[in-house]
Amino acid sequence: MSAALSIRNLQKSYSNGFQALKGISFEVQQGDFFALLGPNGAGKSTTIGIICSLVRKSAGEVAIFGIDIDKNFAAAKQMIGVVPQEFNFNQFEKVFDIVATQGGFYGMPRALAEKRTEKYLRKLGLWDKKDVVARMLSGGMKRRLMIARALIHEPKLLILDEPTAGVDIELRRSMWQFLQAMNAEGTTIILTTHYLEEAEHLCRNIGIIDNGDIIQNTSIKALLKTLSKEVFILDFKEILKEPPNFGDFSGRLLDEHSLEVTVEKGQSLTKLFTLLGEQKISITSMRNRSNRLEELFVSLLEDKLPAADQENDTDALEGDV
Amino acid sequence: MKCAVIWTSFLTIFRREIRRFVRIWPQTLLPPVITMSLYFVIFGTLIGRRIGEMSGYSYMEFVAPGLIMMSVITNSYANVVSSFYSAKFQRNVEELLVSPTPNWVIMAGYVLGGVTRGLLVGLVVSLIALMFTQLTIQHIAITMLIVFFSSTLFAVAGFINAIYANSFDAVSIVPTFVLTPLTYLGGVFYSIDMLSPFWQGVSHLNPILYIVNAFRYGVLGISDINLVGAFIGIAVFIAALCCWGLRLMVHSGRLRQ
Repeated sequence: MSAALSIRNLQKSYSNGFQALKGISFEVQQGDFFALLGPNGAGKSTTIGIICSLVRKSAGEVAIFGIDIDKNFAAAKQMIGVVPQEFNFNQFEKVFDIVATQGGFYGMPRALAEKRTEKYLRKLGLWDKKDVVARMLSGGMKRRLMIARALIHEPKLLILDEPTAGVDIELRRSMWQFLQAMNAEGTTIILTTHYLEEAEHLCRNIGIIDNGDIIQNTSIKALLKTLSKEVFILDFKEILKEPPNFGDFSGRLLDEHSLEVTVEKGQSLTKLFTLLGEQKISITSMRNRSNRLEELFVSLLEDKLPAADQENDTDALEGDV
Repeated sequence: MKCAVIWTSFLTIFRREIRRFVRIWPQTLLPPVITMSLYFVIFGTLIGRRIGEMSGYSYMEFVAPGLIMMSVITNSYANVVSSFYSAKFQRNVEELLVSPTPNWVIMAGYVLGGVTRGLLVGLVVSLIALMFTQLTIQHIAITMLIVFFSSTLFAVAGFINAIYANSFDAVSIVPTFVLTPLTYLGGVFYSIDMLSPFWQGVSHLNPILYIVNAFRYGVLGISDINLVGAFIGIAVFIAALCCWGLRLMVHSGRLRQ
């Protein structure tokens, strides 16, 4: 069975000499939910642009379900649905027309396009807005409109570039459910996102791209196993004025009701609780300081930075994730 | 790709273009009608009476075909350049670029949309002209062909302009500084027989002179130029511009990085 997406030695150099992609290679298997992560300017959007023909590659090979885009791009495009990061529909057209017209661009007869338009507008909660001019929609509705438009030809591979950027939590959760249902029905999904919680929650496999190179391509489970330490915030009901004894652990008092403790790989949480219990500290809640994938992501990118820059740039990288 | 798929894509683009210019008719259909009505009143009726005959016809009869053709040309051009540039500006051109629709179908859809608006405006302006003068078409086939060819030529030119344009200013540069002067100096309002030999020679470099005169021949049966040469010239220009436009669709960095 051929991969849903196969990329070999993909390179892109712009006319100003900037090399956005330095020969990346990776595969996304059929049925996968794949996260393509990286900081701004890493090459994610360039990669997606090449896959869907908005960017011309300088070298390399791209195949969609075994179809080489250099040999039969039209057939490959039939299998791809794209939800871009920026709103890219005609703001003056009605919601229904935007989606149905896209069906026409894929060669769908008008009757079928209208039927599918109704199906996906209903699924995405936009049916009551079908006659509204697109510019009147809220940001979240515009994002859902772009998803409906991308699904009109029922692609086997759906590519979403930051689909939940600027979307409120409730809507984000409902979009996650929708995407998970799509994936369960067999659609291969590639997602780029800055919300690493989103990638961890939705995706099975991950590719991390930085500075035009793939620096990690594995399953999220395998990646999380490489996490050498986790930082926890522990809340307790007692009032502490001084830091407790952390034993083998490193930690600090955040305020009189909470501690931050770093647990290295191999250390036991039970031992930590016992140690604190002996000091009459009753833990009432516990959470990760930040998303686990986020910590890994930052550490991976830090490893790529020159040593002298690491200290200064850490905050910037964390803020960028 | 299957013919049926290509045909559906083409019809979709074409219908969307029609829907666009009909939806914004106060911007697309009404202004040329008002402008041309004023031309007919001022140049045809008020000033035309004092000018007298030109090439054996009343000035109104002489000027009417030129004004009709002027509206066809400018509207065909304006429709494509503004529609395609707007699609670039709003980035909804990406809807087409990511789809399997071939480049030539995209161009054909936009061009035929422009041609349709040009012909529609031409028809309305012709009806207005009939309120001021009698127009008896002498050669109907030539009239129809020249209108269609000219409209196509300028619609393709508008498409190329839209690809190159990177601002709304760039969209209006060609119509304002190239198309309008060429149209006014292309024998719409006068016969080039009135010019000195030197300026007659210069006028022969203006493609719009051939278009206006070929149309005038179709309507009135008179022309300042060689008709066969005019048709060949227009056909060559259409072919050249189509090749240019398609090349831009494939290679232009203004559509695909």
